[in-house]
Amino acid sequence: MSRLIVGVDVGGTFTDLFAWDEAARRFRTAKVPSQRGDEARGFMSGLDALGGPVAMAAIVHGTTVGTNALLERKGARLGVITTRGFRDVLEMRRRDRPKAWGLWGSFEPVAERDLRLEVPERTLADGTVREAVDLDAVREAARRLLEAGAEACALVFINAYANPANERAALAALREVWPNPHVSASHGILPEIREFERTSTTALNAYLQPVVAGYLSRLEGALAEADFAGRFHIVQSNGGIMSTAGARAAPIRTALSGPAAGVIAAAAIARAAGFPDVITGDLGGTSFDVALVTGGEMQLAPQAQIDFGLVVRLPMIEITTIGAGGGSIARVDAGGFLQVGPESAGSRPGPVAYGQGNTRPTLTDANVVLGRINAARPIGGALARLDVEAAREALLAHVGRPLNLTAEQAAEAVLRVANARMAGAIRLVSIERGHDPSRFALLPFGGGGALHVGALIREVGLKAALVPRFPGVTSALGCVIADVRHDQVRTVNRALEGLDAAALAALMAAEARVARAVVEEAGLPVERVETRFALDMHYVGQTHSVAVPLPEDAPERLTEALIAEAFDAAYAREFAQRLDGIPRRIVSLRTAAIGRRPALDLTLLAPEAGTTLASAERGTRPVWFEGGWHEARIYDRLALPVGAEVAGPAILEQPDATTVLDPGLIARVDALGNLVIR
Amino acid sequence: MDPVTLAVLQGRLEQIADEMDATLYRSAFNPIIAEARDACHGLYDATTGETLVQGTKGLPIFVGAMAFAVRAVIAKVGREGGLQPGDTFAFNDPYEGGTHLNDMRLVRPVFRDGRLFCWLASAGHWLDVGGNVPGNYNARATESLQEGFRLPPVKLIRAGVMDADLLAVMQANTRTPMSNWGDLNGQLNALALGERRLHEVLDAYGDATVAAAFAALNARAARLMEERIASLPDGTYRFDDVLDNDGIEDAPLPIALDLVVEGGTLTLDFTRSAGACAGPVNISRATTIACCYVALKHAFPEVPANAGVLAPVRFVIPEGSILSVQAPRPVAGYTETILRVIGCILGALAEADPARATAAPFGTINALSLSGRREDGSRWVMFSFFGGGMGGNPEGDGLHHANNPISMATMPPVEILEASYPVMFTDWALRPDSGGAGEHRGGVGAIYGIETLAPGRTDIALLGERGRAAPFGVRGGGPAATTRFTWTDAHGTHEPPMTSKLAGASIPQGGRVRLETPGGGGWGDPAKRDPEAVARDRRRGFVTVRAADPRLRATPSGDPGRDP
Repeated sequence: MSRLIVGVDVGGTFTDLFAWDEAARRFRTAKVPSQRGDEARGFMSGLDALGGPVAMAAIVHGTTVGTNALLERKGARLGVITTRGFRDVLEMRRRDRPKAWGLWGSFEPVAERDLRLEVPERTLADGTVREAVDLDAVREAARRLLEAGAEACALVFINAYANPANERAALAALREVWPNPHVSASHGILPEIREFERTSTTALNAYLQPVVAGYLSRLEGALAEADFAGRFHIVQSNGGIMSTAGARAAPIRTALSGPAAGVIAAAAIARAAGFPDVITGDLGGTSFDVALVTGGEMQLAPQAQIDFGLVVRLPMIEITTIGAGGGSIARVDAGGFLQVGPESAGSRPGPVAYGQGNTRPTLTDANVVLGRINAARPIGGALARLDVEAAREALLAHVGRPLNLTAEQAAEAVLRVANARMAGAIRLVSIERGHDPSRFALLPFGGGGALHVGALIREVGLKAALVPRFPGVTSALGCVIADVRHDQVRTVNRALEGLDAAALAALMAAEARVARAVVEEAGLPVERVETRFALDMHYVGQTHSVAVPLPEDAPERLTEALIAEAFDAAYAREFAQRLDGIPRRIVSLRTAAIGRRPALDLTLLAPEAGTTLASAERGTRPVWFEGGWHEARIYDRLALPVGAEVAGPAILEQPDATTVLDPGLIARVDALGNLVIR
Repeated sequence: MDPVTLAVLQGRLEQIADEMDATLYRSAFNPIIAEARDACHGLYDATTGETLVQGTKGLPIFVGAMAFAVRAVIAKVGREGGLQPGDTFAFNDPYEGGTHLNDMRLVRPVFRDGRLFCWLASAGHWLDVGGNVPGNYNARATESLQEGFRLPPVKLIRAGVMDADLLAVMQANTRTPMSNWGDLNGQLNALALGERRLHEVLDAYGDATVAAAFAALNARAARLMEERIASLPDGTYRFDDVLDNDGIEDAPLPIALDLVVEGGTLTLDFTRSAGACAGPVNISRATTIACCYVALKHAFPEVPANAGVLAPVRFVIPEGSILSVQAPRPVAGYTETILRVIGCILGALAEADPARATAAPFGTINALSLSGRREDGSRWVMFSFFGGGMGGNPEGDGLHHANNPISMATMPPVEILEASYPVMFTDWALRPDSGGAGEHRGGVGAIYGIETLAPGRTDIALLGERGRAAPFGVRGGGPAATTRFTWTDAHGTHEPPMTSKLAGASIPQGGRVRLETPGGGGWGDPAKRDPEAVARDRRRGFVTVRAADPRLRATPSGDPGRDP
C-alpha cells in the first residue's frame, strides 16, 4: 500500500504542495497557480502535478476558505435562536468602538437582527434552570428563520456554560425541524463563560458551516472521481489536524488553518536545526505574519479578533499580522512622514515593477531598485522580467522628490520604514511578552521574508536567522508533519484554597477521554496520544487570568499546593509584583489531546553530496546597502553544499525565494540545508 | 532629525506606552481597569510635564489630564526638592491632576546618568476611595469630602521603598482595600516595565537622539493641528447644550462654547457656561482642557497624540465656572460634564467644517450601582457604565451600542456580572427608535433590565445625564432619544425626581431596574435617507412605525415602541 502523504497549501497566488513518501523516504514539491474563488481547481491540478491522488495514502490541507469567508463576509444567511431578552448580544458586542480616535465606523453582525429570534427559557449563573425551555417556541422560531431564508442556525442560551440542559433540549427540537446539518449550539462549540464571546464564536461557526462543508464536498467529490482512496484531513488554527467530519461540524476551527501550517513546519525545522526558540516571519503580498516558537513549540492564543466585532474564542496559533507586505505602498503623508502600508497593491495589480497598472511604489519596488531582487528572474515564473525603470520613477515621484532624496535613497528609506514596522511586530510577540530577543533566531518563510533578515536581526537584536531550505513550501510541509490535535475548555470557577482536588481530577479525566476520542477517530497513524492540561487562574478580584500549565497525564497526583506553586511561577513570569495573601481562583480548565505523528526526517531535505561552493557561484551584481552600491556575489542557493560559508554582501537565489546577505553577515549551510545567518 | 529615524522612534516610544497599558489591564483587579480600560500611561517632559508619548489604548480623557498630574509633581519637587531615582509619587487630587478622586495617579522619574530625563506616569480608576457612596458616584454630594479621600501628590515609594504607613492610611479609607492593593501593584508592574523599556531605547539610540525625537514629534503634531485649524474658515462658531441638573437642584446647567478660528489659531471660549454648581458635575480646569484635547483628537484623528495638539489652541475658562472649580466642589460626575463639552466642540466644528460634521454621541456614562448584602452577610456592589449610540456622520450611520468618546472601555459580560453578583438580567437589548433620524441615522442605545436576587434590599444609585436634553443631530439630522431610568417594586414603577440622577432608593428581592440609554444624533435631512436603508431599519426593528411617521419623528418618544 502507498504511504504517500501530501500536504496542500492553497494561497492567494500559488498552491504549494509537499509530498512525502514514507516507504521510499523521498519527498517532492510542486507549485501551481491558485484559482481564487475556485480553490478546488488549483488543489486538484497540484495533486495531478504529483502524479494524481490515486497513489496517495493521505492528503492534509491548510485552507484559507474559512478565513476568506469571514473577512469577505461570504458566509451563510444565518439565523440565531437565543434566550428571551438577549437577541442583540451579537450586535451589542462588548460595547467597543473600532478606533481609539475618530467617532465614525460601523459594524454589521453576521446575523441580521430580524433573523435573531428569542424563546422563553432561563438558566441562572449557578446552573439552576429558572425556566425550562419552551420547545414549541424553538420549533416555531426555526420555521420562521427557514421561511426568511436562513441556511444555518446558531443556538445560544445565557449561562449555558453552567448548565446546558435547556440548550441541549432546544438543539434536539431544532434538529427535528432544520433541513440540513448546519446547526451550532454554544455548549458544543464553547462551554465557557462570557456570552458575547460564546455567541460570536458559535455564530461564526454556523456562518461558515455551509461554506466549508460545500468546499470540502467539492474537494471530496473531485478526489473520489480521481479514485482517491486515502484519508483527507484539514489543518486547524491550533496547528493540529482534524478529520473533514470535524471540520464540517466546527469549521471555525479552520479560521487560521493556512498560517498555522507554516508555523508548524517552521517549529519542526527550527527544532531539527537546534534552534528551539525562533520567531517566524511570513512576508506575503499584503501582510507580514509573525509567530513565536519557544522550546520548539508554537504558541497558542486563547482568542482572536478576525475583524472588528468578529471574535473567535478558541485556541489559535498566536499570529501577529501587520499590514506590511511586498505590495505595501509607500507614500509621504501630510506631515512629511514616510509611510509604508497598510494600503497595498496586493498581487494584482501588484508592484509597479510588475507592469500591471500600479504606479505607486511598493516595498517590492524598493527591493528591485536596490538590486536585491533579480529583475531578470522573478519568483514563481509568471512574469518574464521586472520593470526596474518604472519602479525607480515611481519611487522618485512619490518618495524621493518630496523628501529630497535620490531614487536609491528613497528606496532605502522605504526599506528602513518597512523593516522598522516588521521589527515592531517581532518585538510585539517577543519583548512585549517578556522574551529576550537575543535568545531567538528569525525564521523567515514564504517568498519575501528572507529579503529582510539582516535588518531584522540587527534591529531587534536577534541572535541569528534560520532560512529553511525551501521557504516557499514551508506551509505545505507543515501539513505533512502536523500532529492530530483537539482542544477543549470548560469553566470551573472554584477557589484554589480548599480545593476538592479529587473532583478536579475527575473532571480532567472526563475531559481527557472526550478529547482523546476525537483524536483517535481522526484515523491517522499516530505514535502516541498525549493529553495536556492548563488552568486559567487569577487572584480573586482580577478578571483576566494567567495560563497555568499542569504536569501532563497525572491529574490524580494534583494537590492544592502543587497548583498554587504552578500559579505563582506562571504569574511571576508575566508580572513584576506578586500578591501574597490574596486568594486564588481556578477559572477554567483547558484540555488538549495531541496525537503525535511519526517524525519526518528533515535530513532528507538536505543538499546532495557532490556540490561545491564554486559550482554554486553565479557571478556578481551591484546591490545597494547602507547608502551605496556594493558588488555582491550571487549564488544558486540550492547548489550550495553542506558546510558552505558565504560572506555578505551576497544574494542567494532559488526559484521560490531570495535571501539577502548584508555586508558583515555570514551565512552557513547547516546539515539540513538551512542557511544560518549571523 | 531624519524623518525615517523619527518614524522608527515614534513607533518604539508608542509601543512602550502601549505595553504599559496592556500590563496594567492584565494584572489589574477591578473590572473598571481590567475590562473597561479606565487607565492610561505615557511619557512626560522632564521640566514642563507636557505629554511626550501616550499609549494608544488607554482612556482618551487621561491623555490630556496626565500632563497636569505630572506638572503637579514637578511643582512639588520644585518646592521641596529631594527627588531621587526609585521615587514614585501617588495622588488622586482632581483639582491638581484633573478628573475625579477614583483616578489614582502614579508618577515616577526616569534618571539617566544621575539627571532627570523624563517622567513616566500611570493612572487607573480604583473601585472605591471612601466617601458616602460605594464606588464614589455620589449624585447628592455637595463637597468632595463626601466623595472620598483626597491624596495630594506624595511620595508613596521613596528610593524604591514603599511607605507602609502611607499605604496603611490609604487602605483604611476604602471599602475595597484588596482590590485597590491589586490595582496599585498592577500600576507598579506597568511602571517597572515602562522604565526598563525606555532605558533599552535610550541605550540603543542615545539620550540626545530620543530627546530630539520628542521635540520633533511635538512640533509635527503642532504643525498638523495648525494646518487643520487654518483650513477652517475664520469666524466664531457658537454651540450651546445643557446638563439636566446637578442632582441637588433640578435646573438645567448651560455648557456653552464660542469656538473662534483666526488663521491657524483656535480659541475655545466657555465664558457663557454655568457657574460652579452645588452637585457633583463640576470639573477642574485641567479636566476641561483634557477633554478639549479629546474632542480635537476625535475631530482630527490623523494628528498624533501628544502635547503638540494643544499648541495652537487658546482657552478662555473663567474662574468660578462649572468648568474651572476649586476644592472642595464635588466632581465625581465629571464624565457627564466633559461629554457635554466634547459635544459642544463637535457641534461648533459641524458649523465650521460641515463636510466632516459628526452628530452627538449618546453622551452619558450612566454610572449605575446596585448594592446590598448577600445571604452570608457580605457586601456586594455591582457598579457599571453603560453604552449608547454614536452619531450619524458623513461616512454612514452611527454605531449601535458603543462607548463614549472619552473611553475605549469594553463592558463586563452579563454572565460575569450574574456569576459575581446576586442579579439576573431580564433585558440586554438594542433600543428601537433611540437613534436620531437622518440621512445617516444615529446608532441606537440599549435597554438593560435587571432583577435583584439578593435576599434583603438592594440600594440603587445612578449618576447619569441626557434625561431631558437629547443628543443633537447635525445638518438637519434629528435628536436621539433621551435616557430613561425606572425601578419597580410592589408599589409600582418609579422614575427619579432628577430624571437621570438618583440616590437613596432601594428595591426588595425580585424588584427590578430598567435603564434605557440614548442613541446618537442623526446626520443630514431624514427625507434624503436611502429608501432601502429605511426599509432595512424597519425590518430589523431599529425604527418602528411610530417613529417612522414624519409627524411623530420630530419628538422621539424614548419608548421602546413596537410595530402594531
